Amino acid sequence: MYRETQIIKHAQKASSNGGNLEEAGDLVINVGPQHPSTHGVLHLVITLHGETIKNVEPHLGYIHRSIEKMCESLSYRQFIYVTSRMDYLSSHINNHGCAMCVEKGLQVEIPPRAKVIRVLMDELTRLASHQLWWGAMAMDVGALTPFFHAFREREMINDIMEETCGARLTMNYMVPGGVMYDIHPNFQKRVKEFIEEFKKKIDEYDELVTGNIIFQNRMKGVGYLTKEDAISYGCTGPTARGSGVSCDIRKLYPYEVYDQVQFNEIIETDGDCFARYLVRMQEMRQSLSMVEQLIDNIPEGDFQAKTKAVLKLPKGEFYSKIETARGEFGVYIVSEGGTTPYRIKFRSPGFSNLSALNHMAKGYKIGDLVAIMGTLDLVIPDIDR
Amino acid sequence: MFSLESITNSIQTWLNNTFNPTIALLFECVIVGVLVISLFAVLGLVLVLMERKVSAYMQIRLGPNRVGPGGSLQTVADTLKLVVKEGLTPDGADKFLFNLAPFLVIIISMLVLAPIPFAKNFQILDINIGVLYVSAVSSVSVIGILMAGWASNNKYSLLGAMRSGAQIVSYELSAGLAVLSIVVLTGSLQLSDIIASQQNGWWIFKGHIPVIISFVIFIIAVTAETNRAPFDLAEAESELTAGFHTEYSGMKFALFFLAEYVNIFIVCSIGAILFLGGWMPLHIGNWNGFNHVMDYIPSSVWFIGKVFFLIFVIMWFRWTFPRLRIDQLLNLEWKYLLPISMLNLLLTTLITIMGWHF
Repeated sequence: MYRETQIIKHAQKASSNGGNLEEAGDLVINVGPQHPSTHGVLHLVITLHGETIKNVEPHLGYIHRSIEKMCESLSYRQFIYVTSRMDYLSSHINNHGCAMCVEKGLQVEIPPRAKVIRVLMDELTRLASHQLWWGAMAMDVGALTPFFHAFREREMINDIMEETCGARLTMNYMVPGGVMYDIHPNFQKRVKEFIEEFKKKIDEYDELVTGNIIFQNRMKGVGYLTKEDAISYGCTGPTARGSGVSCDIRKLYPYEVYDQVQFNEIIETDGDCFARYLVRMQEMRQSLSMVEQLIDNIPEGDFQAKTKAVLKLPKGEFYSKIETARGEFGVYIVSEGGTTPYRIKFRSPGFSNLSALNHMAKGYKIGDLVAIMGTLDLVIPDIDR
Repeated sequence: MFSLESITNSIQTWLNNTFNPTIALLFECVIVGVLVISLFAVLGLVLVLMERKVSAYMQIRLGPNRVGPGGSLQTVADTLKLVVKEGLTPDGADKFLFNLAPFLVIIISMLVLAPIPFAKNFQILDINIGVLYVSAVSSVSVIGILMAGWASNNKYSLLGAMRSGAQIVSYELSAGLAVLSIVVLTGSLQLSDIIASQQNGWWIFKGHIPVIISFVIFIIAVTAETNRAPFDLAEAESELTAGFHTEYSGMKFALFFLAEYVNIFIVCSIGAILFLGGWMPLHIGNWNGFNHVMDYIPSSVWFIGKVFFLIFVIMWFRWTFPRLRIDQLLNLEWKYLLPISMLNLLLTTLITIMGWHF
């Protein structure tokens, strides 16, 4: 906090003195940490010339809970639950990535039923996350109604999750060796109902927002990110795929049953906000088709492999990566052979995506900054951890 | 039928008979003032509730439904809350201008109400330059907004106020030109004359395509002038938190809020007067039976009905469209709306000269 206030003071002093940090006539504005469009406690110090953005400096740390350090004192079963609190919109996928990393260390082969359930849950989570993103995105550019429409459909997924996992946001359903419980008897029926419903609704989404001329004008040609920049900033997920980078972990390094389902990696080459928007919209359709393919083909059998009560990873380093709704989520565990990890590090997609914000927003208007942040799909606890 | 004229006339006769003319005039002014202020309060309450209900309907919600039957007293409760709240003046603000701005904005909205005929022969002042008066006075409200933004000592407010200034000044032009096409057709600036000229059909029906074009331009321009979405850049909450009224609280904020809704009412009533015949009932050609039935509906109901229809349309915009960016907003005005409305005005003039309208 001290450092930030110093920076702000310095910037203001420089601007009033006509110093070298900003030219005279520039405006330094603090967007956040409490601001409607930062979707959380992100603090941006933006330098404006009129309405044009000259510099954006994200300041982090307002929701830092030192999750990585906490994980070091928790056992291999326990630390997974903490990761639900990172990217809370794709908590299943976070848990899944961590469980995969532990399984890699234990060298456990999980039963096929658990694999399919995991993929189903991942894709439903991705759908829910993208729905919320769609609503928030539309709200960022000024249309308030889509937010409620998106939440209506997201509620159906939440209900499905609640039935099977017992929770609606931080599910904690994936455990090392499989999933915690078997799916609820109603699961398949309700998912099918949801698929039928959402197929109609996603067309409605396109009608309401995608085709809107004002929306397209706001999104097209704004926030360009070239393929080279996307790679060098370490962007992943829909953000990078909107710039033509092929980076879908599900396709490139398939895990669980992703090599057995039919889906396309969505790549748009424009690199502007609209390209990123289209990637996410089409990913929703892809996820829907994946759920549709798998929902009738859940194999019989165990939902959890037999594992010891107290897990101990052999000495060594383990890394696994997974595609969350926002991009590549990596889990890196260093084990000394004990019951808790010696060191744990998460590679969260939001952090790298946010780092490209200054590059993308420079030279555009304040309204565009909001649109660009919307298409980055930032979840602040994922960035701060 | 149900004419308000007899009531106003009897009050005037009674006043003139009882007091000498000066005091009678004074009483009339007081009565009008009280009426305008109560109209203000009622409009604020009704329109805020209406907006919340309309938005709730579009957003698959119920809207306010706890206070009073169907939530009808919700805005009363909100107003009470705002009245008892502390009106903060931020440190470093220009106190005089900061406190003056909301009053300026609301006084200007009140002034614009003067020439509006709410029913047959029911208007405060029938000024012979009514249209000019309305466009002149309503454009002063931008000063209040600029004042609020400048005096707040807040960068968000300043940006919002500057946006609002650019926007209102630009959109005044096409709104004015759209209004002018009706003035050209009617040949009068007096609002009562304009309504009288629509005796046998509203201008939107009998003015051919140019009037429809100017109606559309008028609706777009007044949406921008009243700072409503998709042109609500002055208070774009996702960009500028609340724009020019970020620092206002309590009743001072409520005055801005009220002025916004009353401005919507005013521009919609101007739209209804110019294009939809004001308090004139709907008449269709020679359908005498139908026309008679329509005549039985009081003129005030016609006027309020038309105005609320237009208000609904403007609310519909707000809850459907995303917001424009500031450069797109100004491009829309200067590159499209202004040239189109100029050509349209020429076309209307041609139609009027050749007598091609009905």
